[in-house]
Amino acid sequence: MDSHFAPAYTQKLLQSLKSSKIYTDLQNAAQGEVAKTNIRVSELKKGVQTGLSSSGWEKKLRNVIFQYLQTHPLSSYPVSTPTDHIKEPLAYLRKAQQAWEKRILKSLNSMCTELNIPLARKRPEKEQKDLLSRWTELGTDGPDLSQIRPVYAPKDFLEVIMCLQNPNYNASDSTGTYTLWGLVQLPLKLNDINKLRILYSDMAINQCQTGVDDSSEIPPEMFDSDRVKLGKKVIAADHGPISQEYSKKGCPMSLRASIWSQILGIELDEFDTLYYEQLKSNVIAHDLLVDSLLYKDVKLTATNDDQYFVFEDFLYQILLPFTRDTEVLKHFSRNSATPPKSYIRGKLGVEDYAVIYPPNGVIPFHGFAMYVAPLCYLYKEPVKLYYVFREIYSRYFFRLHSISSHPQGIVCLSLLFETLLQTHEPALFFHLKSVGCQPLKIAFKWLVRAFSGYLSSDQVLLLWDRILAYNSLEILPVLAVAIFSFRKTNLVKVQSYNAAEAVLADLTTLQVIPLIQLSLFSK
Amino acid sequence: MSKQTIRLKYACDQDKSVLINNFEARGWIPVNPDDDWNFYWANVQSIRSVFSVDSGFRLQDDQVVNHFPNHMELTRKDLMVKNIKRYRKELDKENSPLTERDENGRFVHLDFIPQTYMLPADYNLFVEEFRKNPNTTWIMKPCGKARGIGIFLVNKLSQLKKWSRDSKTSNFVPPTSKDTYVISKYIDNPLLIGGKKFDLRLYVLVTSFRPLKCYMFKLGFCRFCTVKYNANVNELDNMFVHLTNVSIQKTGDDYNAVHGGKWTVQNLRLYLESTRGKEVTDKLFDEIDWQIVHSLKAVSGVISNDRHCFECYGYDIIIDDNLKPWLIEVNASPSLTSTTSSDRIMKYKLMNDVINIVIPPGEAPDVRWNKTVSRDHLGNFYVLYDEDLAQSDPITLDPKNKLGPGALGMRGGREQKGRPSPATWK
Repeated sequence: MDSHFAPAYTQKLLQSLKSSKIYTDLQNAAQGEVAKTNIRVSELKKGVQTGLSSSGWEKKLRNVIFQYLQTHPLSSYPVSTPTDHIKEPLAYLRKAQQAWEKRILKSLNSMCTELNIPLARKRPEKEQKDLLSRWTELGTDGPDLSQIRPVYAPKDFLEVIMCLQNPNYNASDSTGTYTLWGLVQLPLKLNDINKLRILYSDMAINQCQTGVDDSSEIPPEMFDSDRVKLGKKVIAADHGPISQEYSKKGCPMSLRASIWSQILGIELDEFDTLYYEQLKSNVIAHDLLVDSLLYKDVKLTATNDDQYFVFEDFLYQILLPFTRDTEVLKHFSRNSATPPKSYIRGKLGVEDYAVIYPPNGVIPFHGFAMYVAPLCYLYKEPVKLYYVFREIYSRYFFRLHSISSHPQGIVCLSLLFETLLQTHEPALFFHLKSVGCQPLKIAFKWLVRAFSGYLSSDQVLLLWDRILAYNSLEILPVLAVAIFSFRKTNLVKVQSYNAAEAVLADLTTLQVIPLIQLSLFSK
Repeated sequence: MSKQTIRLKYACDQDKSVLINNFEARGWIPVNPDDDWNFYWANVQSIRSVFSVDSGFRLQDDQVVNHFPNHMELTRKDLMVKNIKRYRKELDKENSPLTERDENGRFVHLDFIPQTYMLPADYNLFVEEFRKNPNTTWIMKPCGKARGIGIFLVNKLSQLKKWSRDSKTSNFVPPTSKDTYVISKYIDNPLLIGGKKFDLRLYVLVTSFRPLKCYMFKLGFCRFCTVKYNANVNELDNMFVHLTNVSIQKTGDDYNAVHGGKWTVQNLRLYLESTRGKEVTDKLFDEIDWQIVHSLKAVSGVISNDRHCFECYGYDIIIDDNLKPWLIEVNASPSLTSTTSSDRIMKYKLMNDVINIVIPPGEAPDVRWNKTVSRDHLGNFYVLYDEDLAQSDPITLDPKNKLGPGALGMRGGREQKGRPSPATWK
């Protein structure tokens, strides 16, 4: 293994490999190789290795290691660093996140008290049967949701982020040099435009892209046919890093589902199906308050969306089992957030009686369903769709609704948006700010939802291609800036927040890739 | 470009905003249908009087109207079926390569309408077929009605007593379109998306039948049933499951006024390409295009090809789970009522683009015009078939020469691979 991996990191990787399925699979395969008659005892090791490599096991191992590297970034902390420090190094942000979690939980609890409904209850037999029979059409005859309201919306979350202050940083002088123009007042380290250009250099204007050069106006011989041909080879190679590299220039519609599964390392076997079925039976057995929140969310978002209403029933089949999935808890080791706890009645505060609620530790907010919706275009089997969504969420999207100093966290993305817009469109930024319309107030919801529900579905998928490809969410603020630039002519004329919002209300006609190219590379 | 330099006079039977707004945006002057108009958007009733011999009324060279005199040949269910059956027979006689059959004796290219009989005329034929496959569900539709009115499903012969010949009184009166029905095999394996059934509404503009010039509007849509599909016979009476007509679905409890159960064809394509692959999706849309061309070819000999006329048809197509499209029916006056805001935008564009194609740019209508439209004026339409182009210019059929839709007799070029060249049709 390369020397730049610290021994401790390699150690952990090996540990994780040993406890995963690949380890026993490899062992069995190696035994199979040993038993082969053409292997010489003198060259046992070499023989087994070549055997494993030629039967495809080496590639599988490489894929597993690749997935580990993707989700476990190299850490520069010494081994003895406390875990909460690794989750979030800045104490004041850690506190802010804790306060925010407390607020969410309080709001959830007060809804329970007000409406007199429990956080969880076992369903009576009859109800279980009924639910099971309606599993694929949960959209019709859902529960009564008139009293349920979303716990929070992106708007509420933005207010929290706006109030964040670094105690070591003097911003008390409101006209001072240190006060930032935008809403985010934290001095966090960001990638500047030059770094972004290097990071996204494969998206440069002189590079042909899916999402630009595959348009129906352009003869397929010019680009698209070759692109599809290459993509098929990539899929045949079945190697995560290659698929990721390919995705940098976008995936053709017909290949996206496979390419994404390879990048994310989703390869389903009967255990996965069984596991999903188990989650489903947990949904059937117990009724959770978060179910109603998710129901309400789907009804408020996807059901009314002319691109996603078709998939309403699918969304429940993904979102409800998701809340029961304790595998999701693993991502909290990388997340500044901590799974919320609830206590058995009468034992409030007694750690022994604490349970994580909901079991996956994620309390949905208004718009959460939109993280799943675009994926419904790609996978028609709920099980596949489920695992792809779970992986994308626990790699990327959790960062969009927790407070942290991580460069991919929503705070940094918001700040990056404001900084880029100030640098590239100073006049526009100043104008909007002076008419009482801070640009982030409009763009924040786009960022939190990763643009899902705002762009047309094909465009969201083209955008997410790049998130997976570059393993980064920084493309989101880049696009948000591009949209402001693109609508600049109308935005400089507005005199109020509402007018600005109206100019940016409909993004469904936008072609995102050319816009990103324009804003990253044209100046 | 679309701005008319001449202020045309228009008459309009329908008080629909998508029409009126379009006319007003062009600065056209409203006149009475009895006055001298250049452009008349008529309903099917008044079109009869425009062309009736009694009216003694002759259209001038600068007048166009939105229906062909006997469009019923295509838009009345029984006549359409009759014409398509005849068209197949004729091609069969000519030994046309289009009449290629598969191993089951079914047409490869021409089997695109569900098996259909006229009632009461074909009652005995139908009974024979019904007895062969007694477990099939059939759908009864009155010939002269639209929007799902009078439609019901049948799975027992007893439900059809009323239409048997025996029940008729001895003084047999030839049935009028009012009480003739068509009965068709019900597509019981429709493609479901999200568990729901849908059909396609596509808009096709015909500016001439001889030579055939037709255009497809790219912004068609899928109409979804609000209730999960269930082929169970007990659900036969629940019309929400089976009929996708917006006028029917609108009365259901689950109807959503924001999207109206409508999904764009682009979204359908995205879903199908992503989940089923590009090849089969291209094949499906290609087949749909060809079905429409065949249906128009089938009536091109009987339609009176008046040069004052154009017509914008609403094609209803159902896709089954093998991704085979079935032509269900053709509407002469597809609804121009807008149910949602995106619907209104789409229909506004439809009307705008129709006008740009049927009226020579910047001029008054002129029957002597050769009706060849430049690419710039196609808007959201693409050329579905242009007999003139297909026959006069063999270069356009070269698959390599693909400058995009509109430049060709038929959309694209790659779609034509493995198909008989359209130029062989006479």
